[in-house]
Amino acid sequence: MATRTKLRVATASLAGCFGCHMSLLDIDERLLDLIEKVDFDRTPLTDIKHIGPCDLGLIEGGVCNAENVHVLKEFRENCKMLVAVGACAFNGGVPALRNHYSLKECLEESYVHGIGIVNPHIPNDPEIPLLLNKVHPIHEVVKIDYFLPGCPPSSDAFWVMLTELLAGQEINLPYSALHYD
Amino acid sequence: MSQPSTITIDGQTVPFQEGQTIMEAALAANIYIPHLCYQRDLTPDGSCRLCTVTVNGRNTSACNTKAMAGQQVLNNTQELQDIRQTLTRMLFVEGDHICPGCTKTGNCQLQAVAYYVGMLSSHYHHFYSYRKIDASHPDYFIDFNRCILCELCVRASRDVDHKNVFGLSGRGRKTHLVINSPSGELADTDFAVGDKAAFICPVGAILRKRTRYTTPIGERLYDLQPINVVGDAQQIHAGAKRHGNQN
Ligand code: SF4
Ligand code: FES
Repeated sequence: MATRTKLRVATASLAGCFGCHMSLLDIDERLLDLIEKVDFDRTPLTDIKHIGPCDLGLIEGGVCNAENVHVLKEFRENCKMLVAVGACAFNGGVPALRNHYSLKECLEESYVHGIGIVNPHIPNDPEIPLLLNKVHPIHEVVKIDYFLPGCPPSSDAFWVMLTELLAGQEINLPYSALHYD
Repeated sequence: MSQPSTITIDGQTVPFQEGQTIMEAALAANIYIPHLCYQRDLTPDGSCRLCTVTVNGRNTSACNTKAMAGQQVLNNTQELQDIRQTLTRMLFVEGDHICPGCTKTGNCQLQAVAYYVGMLSSHYHHFYSYRKIDASHPDYFIDFNRCILCELCVRASRDVDHKNVFGLSGRGRKTHLVINSPSGELADTDFAVGDKAAFICPVGAILRKRTRYTTPIGERLYDLQPINVVGDAQQIHAGAKRHGNQN
């Protein structure tokens, strides 16, 4: 078969901590094999601001603000396959612990009543994306094709997923690579 | 009554004694049937349905169905694993099961069963309901948000410890764990470290204070091998080994 053009991959961190991206980078020298096979579109690594048509999109983090929703929808429109990576994309994760409180309570605790606050005031710069009332896992907003759980998923789990996807196989995570924490 | 007392589970012949349930016969033959609300020495509750098996073509719970000669039981089929996965997903969205934030993680039976049935996502919409944590007791705290209503603590406290500390209250979606004390707080009961109910919770709802995060990742109960090999979560009260005696 004639050489196939490289697959195009995009990644984004929404309401996450970038831990999943760090774990992806943790595949170490296997990154060299990976860039032989894929081109990166929008990711925090390339600094491309808007995603173009892609084969694969990886989303880290849940959805906590209006911007997250826009990015996620843009990814869904452009990616043939969209994968939720990490515990926050899976069920909101640690950011979703705020779902037990109202948004008002959270903001007031952080910016008005919290310890050591000198100039109490809730930030309202128009540049700051508006927070949603609750944090949501991404499958509540768009259709997700595959999930890679873990906090973060181990670099080996990323590697298994990526290599098996690139080979057009069904993904078979070994037991030790499947965990929710 | 001279019939041979055997059933088959996934085609394997399994002997049983009169009065045994399918779960008991399976355990005796070292066959794993997923379960959350079942524990060897307690009366079966039949509430979690994780042990759903197909008996002569009909689905039923293995923990409270008596074994009867000639039954053909299906256990490890894709169809049943899918049903069980639906159940673990519902349990995950109903409570507060944010594993990275829970000290039971790695030793949690809900997690382990979900791994076993191949759950990669919670699929449904999360409830994010909130009940206040009870930290009144000197040695234990209770996070009601993680309770899966298995009633293991209810049965252990009532039938083994004879203290009747726990109960379930409410109906349907509103069912929740309550503490039987005038204030509703655990500190107001005679619940204590040596109780069976103190180390029976399969999830992170009843937790011993000052004993958490003591096992490194990689050495926890379910880190390397699945639950069908390792067994139930109650065998350890994670951390208690190192920090206190269980009896
Ligand atoms: S507290 Fe634990 S043992 Fe008790 S009913 Fe809830 S999940 Fe079961
Ligand atoms: S173990 Fe049988 S219903 Fe829970």
